Amino acid sequence: MKISSINISSEILHKMYVTMLRIRLFEEKVADILSNSKEIICPCHLYIGQEAVATGVCMALNKDDYVFSTHRSHGHYLAKGGDMKRLMAELYGKETGCSKGKGGSMHVAFKDVGFMGSSAIVAGTIPLAVGAAFAFSIQGSKRVSVAFFGDGATHEGTFYESLNFASLKKLPVIFVCENNQYSTHMPISASLADVRIYKKAGIFKMPGIRVDGNDVIKVFEVTRKAVEEARKGNGPTLIECLTYRWRGHVGPSYDLDKGLRSKEELDYWMRRCPIKRLERLMFKLGCLTKDQKDQIYENVKKEVEEAVIFAKESPYPKEDELYKDLLND
Amino acid sequence: MIKMRRLLYHQAINEALHQLIERDPRVFLIGQGVTSPWYVGRTTVGLIHRFGPKRIIDTPVSENSITGIAIGAALAGMRPILVHPRMDFMYYAMDQLANHAATWRYMFGNQFSIPLTIWGIVNRGGGQAAQHSQSLQAIFMHIPGFKIVMPSTPYDAKGLLVSAVEDNNPVLYIDDRWLYNCEGEVPEDLYKVPIGKGIVRREGKDVTLAATSYMVVEALKAAKVLEGEGIDIEVIDIRSLKPLDKEILINSVKKTGRFIIVDGGWRTCGVSAEILSIITTEAYDYLKAPALRLALPDVPAPASPALEKVYYLNSEKIIVKVRELMSDKN
Ligand SMILES: Cc1ncc(C[n+]2csc(CCOP(=O)(O)OP(=O)(O)O)c2C)c(N)n1
Ligand SMILES: [Mg+2]
Repeated sequence: MKISSINISSEILHKMYVTMLRIRLFEEKVADILSNSKEIICPCHLYIGQEAVATGVCMALNKDDYVFSTHRSHGHYLAKGGDMKRLMAELYGKETGCSKGKGGSMHVAFKDVGFMGSSAIVAGTIPLAVGAAFAFSIQGSKRVSVAFFGDGATHEGTFYESLNFASLKKLPVIFVCENNQYSTHMPISASLADVRIYKKAGIFKMPGIRVDGNDVIKVFEVTRKAVEEARKGNGPTLIECLTYRWRGHVGPSYDLDKGLRSKEELDYWMRRCPIKRLERLMFKLGCLTKDQKDQIYENVKKEVEEAVIFAKESPYPKEDELYKDLLND
Repeated sequence: MIKMRRLLYHQAINEALHQLIERDPRVFLIGQGVTSPWYVGRTTVGLIHRFGPKRIIDTPVSENSITGIAIGAALAGMRPILVHPRMDFMYYAMDQLANHAATWRYMFGNQFSIPLTIWGIVNRGGGQAAQHSQSLQAIFMHIPGFKIVMPSTPYDAKGLLVSAVEDNNPVLYIDDRWLYNCEGEVPEDLYKVPIGKGIVRREGKDVTLAATSYMVVEALKAAKVLEGEGIDIEVIDIRSLKPLDKEILINSVKKTGRFIIVDGGWRTCGVSAEILSIITTEAYDYLKAPALRLALPDVPAPASPALEKVYYLNSEKIIVKVRELMSDKN
């Protein structure tokens, strides 16, 4: 990347770096807890390796813009500004969790920052994001709505139906496909006739762009442009972010023993670590020093430790919580 | 001579799949995760290596269309086994199931057969929460046009799968991952367990406990404990929800005069509601006490282990219910 082509303040670069690191260290802590204890029981789909996507996209949004998420939710939640302590408490099934312990890892929400919930039904939130954008357009608001989803979600009919409606009505929605090249155990080539997901936008007459999903700056810039167009009333964009999850589909394991993917492939992607990449660039630009880096690491580590303590010390929900919150009456 | 071995529930399913696919070129297995080492338990081990990708079809995440595709193949002379690795994901397939598979014979005046096995797996607990925990037998029982079985033993897991595949109707075969490590006697050869017949798992004279699927295991545990308290429980494994073996239930109530149905689905309009209505009308004269039910509370599955404990049924909750019934002055 040509440094001279970068048109981003060092403040934003710092924010991106911290956000990615918060996600990374949070997830590594979760992996550690999952591997070494039974403190977290609910299934966790870790985001390690994909941090640049959530970070780059959310950096281009305002607090009152909406984000809808998936089973692999932690990165989206943190990047949009959800509280880390309450996320950890949710994984622990505690009363102080962001969903009061009712949702677990796959179902987190933080309404105050426009994080509108994550569904574990593949593609389940894509039409919800379109619906929110529809509401924004009816309300004459300038807000935008984002649907995060995986490559696997593009197998579902609702993905295509949602794209069509959004484009037809020129809705302010950004479709962010995180193509990590696997849907559970299946490589993308075993399930899509055409693996160029961004191309699917064309049939609905909307822009579709593929971007290196491990390059947080690229993701940010592409999203910023899409958001700008959406706010102007020019309709939706599909952004395909090519990336890779380091861990297996679910849980802390790297899944190398199951014959599903190779060590070479994983190594290749680990060498393309989105955080290291930004770090190198910031060093080069002179907007990050070794001392600053160490300090950031220290701070984030401390924040994660505090989240674990908070989660551990929080009480479990009381029995009668089971029957509450079903309806508003 | 019938050769029996002890197999685990998931092994019985696996063996049935191997034998059914081997025996009949019209049979194939299609659905998400059939080539995966974990997705459908260990039920499909060895199939892809033995039969290849033409007969063991791992699919994109496209539940509704894959279901329609299986129905279409059944219309054209195949006998597909369609697996949905979690019942929760079957909502996407609801249109093809309810509007197409269930109607095609009736709606066209009996011109067509849909010899389709729809294998829906219940996979719950472990903090999986609302969208990965559902037991939807009642929803399908409500819709005319399906047969529905819920095997609770390895023997039935194999025998009912064979019957489902041989049936000329859409048959919903529902199993529960909590049963996968249960062990039992299973014949090596193919055999059928008839659809439409319940079975008495334990004879008793004081109370009839009728149960579905994994609840049979918990009912048997409860019966053992209650035996120590001098309460003699009869446990009936309903096994086939549609057609339902009313006779076996009514005959048991004739003997015991007391009835509890235990079902792992939700309470309102659940399987338990249907069965209670049958007992309270058709076995009314034999009841010495109100017929009761145990089912899930009418809320989605929670994630927190503290709430899961309250949510799911187990032998202890059954025992409490039986004691409640026995203390009834009726
Ligand atoms: C409707 C539905 N079908 C199947 C599943 C099981 N499932 C969970 S995650 C997943 C794969 C999702 O792949 P992708 O969308 O690429 O997301 P990733 O896990 O790679 O982040 C599947 C099939 C599900 N949760 N929902
Ligand atoms: Mg994926």
